[in-house]
Amino acid sequence: MTPPTSTAAIATEGLGKRFGEKAALDGLDLSVATGSVCGLLGPNGAGKTTAVRVLTTLLRPDSGRAWVAGIDVARDPAGVRSQIGLTGQAATVDNVLTGRENLIFWARLFHLSPRAAAMRADELLEQFGLTEAADRRAKFYSGGMRRRLDIASSLILAPRVFFLDEPTTGLDPRNRGEVWAALRQLVAGGTTVLMTTQYLDEADQLADTIVVVNGGRKIAEGTPSELKSTIGGDRIDVHVRDTSDLPAAAAVIARVTGSEPEVDAELRRLGAPVSNRVSALTGVVGALADAGVAVEDIGVRRPTLDEVFLHLTDTGNPNTNVKEEVAA
Amino acid sequence: MSTALAIGPMPTSGFATLLADSWTVAKRDLVHLRRNPTAIISSIALPVMFVMLFGLVFGSAMSVPGGLDYREFLMPGMFAQSMMNGAAVTIAAVSAQRALGTLDRFRSMPMAQGAVVIGRSIADILTSCVDLLVLILCGLAVGWVTRSGVLPTLSALGLLLLLRFAMIWIGIYLGTVVSQEAAAGTWMLLFPLTMVANTFVTPSQMPVWLGTIADWNPLSATVAATRELFGNAGPALSSGSWPAENAMLLAVAWPLLLVAIFMPLAIRRYRKG
Repeated sequence: MTPPTSTAAIATEGLGKRFGEKAALDGLDLSVATGSVCGLLGPNGAGKTTAVRVLTTLLRPDSGRAWVAGIDVARDPAGVRSQIGLTGQAATVDNVLTGRENLIFWARLFHLSPRAAAMRADELLEQFGLTEAADRRAKFYSGGMRRRLDIASSLILAPRVFFLDEPTTGLDPRNRGEVWAALRQLVAGGTTVLMTTQYLDEADQLADTIVVVNGGRKIAEGTPSELKSTIGGDRIDVHVRDTSDLPAAAAVIARVTGSEPEVDAELRRLGAPVSNRVSALTGVVGALADAGVAVEDIGVRRPTLDEVFLHLTDTGNPNTNVKEEVAA
Repeated sequence: MSTALAIGPMPTSGFATLLADSWTVAKRDLVHLRRNPTAIISSIALPVMFVMLFGLVFGSAMSVPGGLDYREFLMPGMFAQSMMNGAAVTIAAVSAQRALGTLDRFRSMPMAQGAVVIGRSIADILTSCVDLLVLILCGLAVGWVTRSGVLPTLSALGLLLLLRFAMIWIGIYLGTVVSQEAAAGTWMLLFPLTMVANTFVTPSQMPVWLGTIADWNPLSATVAATRELFGNAGPALSSGSWPAENAMLLAVAWPLLLVAIFMPLAIRRYRKG
């Protein structure tokens, strides 16, 4: 059987995997075009890592099918392994070895000759900005350097499809920036990448398409801007001075915009989608003044990816919870 | 990018690849030992201290049935005990690699998959040869000698390494099962196992029930067999029980049985991840 679309570097059909009672994957359908970067986005326990483990032949699915580079993952795992690179959540960097020795170790296991392994190690050190640190033991590397070394060691054979599981989890902003820069360069080279992330800015920065997963299935898919427009166009944002004014402000916004606002009690912020920027803004400003609500700030803007994410993944109704907090 | 693409990967099946990959894996583990001498020192320090403590301190007050020299009686036990304790080294190394995700990386690669475990066992056997050498020198220093010929002596060393080989597979299996934190506590499991044996005293000197357990301990078989092969055993040493009388057979059978059980378990665990 051939994969559903021959141009897809990664394709899955109804992928299912259970761990005891819990369904980690519950009929996941994916299609990642060759040469594109797909961000698999979802909260903890959404099934992101399980999906990567199935696609990299580490785990057998209970149901459904999966193809990587056109090869059936279940039927020819060895074939898949020769086409892929994997950087998992934990860095497999060997602290006792130097950066160069780490790369040579992996290159030898990819069956490069000693000479070719050394040459490839030098190329990758250069590509990932590690040439100066090449002969230092990895235990002296920063978090960002270790991550880059780990990513470099998965790219020995320039894989056709590269899997990255939460590439910058646990890194500080500076180190995240370093890793992103390295990944952008890689992506520019045309490698197909599937990366999982919990960070929306990461997906926004690097991914061509974003697949939002929750409960082991796909709940949304699209480019970052497509996803942003799924929860409506412009939004009004109101920042009130006193927490006690939140219910009154919410009532005003609901009346003027016609939709129930989302409330962040801690930040004393309210937000709601609006259809007409100007009339919504003037209407809300006037109505809040009439209601005697003191406002710190007010504005109309495009939604952020964070809001899309919360909108899509929150199973309960966040508004009710916040209101209870405010009332309490 | 060009080098790797131009050369391309070599075939991933075949015995030569398996050997090459195994050696690559083993070599890295050996580099660890070379650069981390404290690990070697601490793994050798304990048996050396035991030799000093039992050989020199308590040894003067210890008596062995048949009037044998206690240090001569003790050393084969020290050798075998060190081989058995080697399991802790294997468990620690494997569980650490699993925690780092290194095992997953190996499994996602087009390398010979057997190389991961074979490489591990090559590294551990070579390390154990060093451990054994240090202990032999230590034994010679306190007055132990081998009283037999070259062939029996080599056979004794072979039996010791066979026990270590069995421990490697138990170690790989447990290393893929237990957490890194639990791995640090394996000595608590090994400690009674190495003590309730014929290492320090003969089981006939123990309470009957304990002596029976000690007699059937795989370690006792190796100790008794190597004592005999080194010529360090007096005729009155055997407790007369079946396992004591058939120590030579059991010193081969026990490790083979353990390998037969734990090698498939370890490989299956590794494949499943």
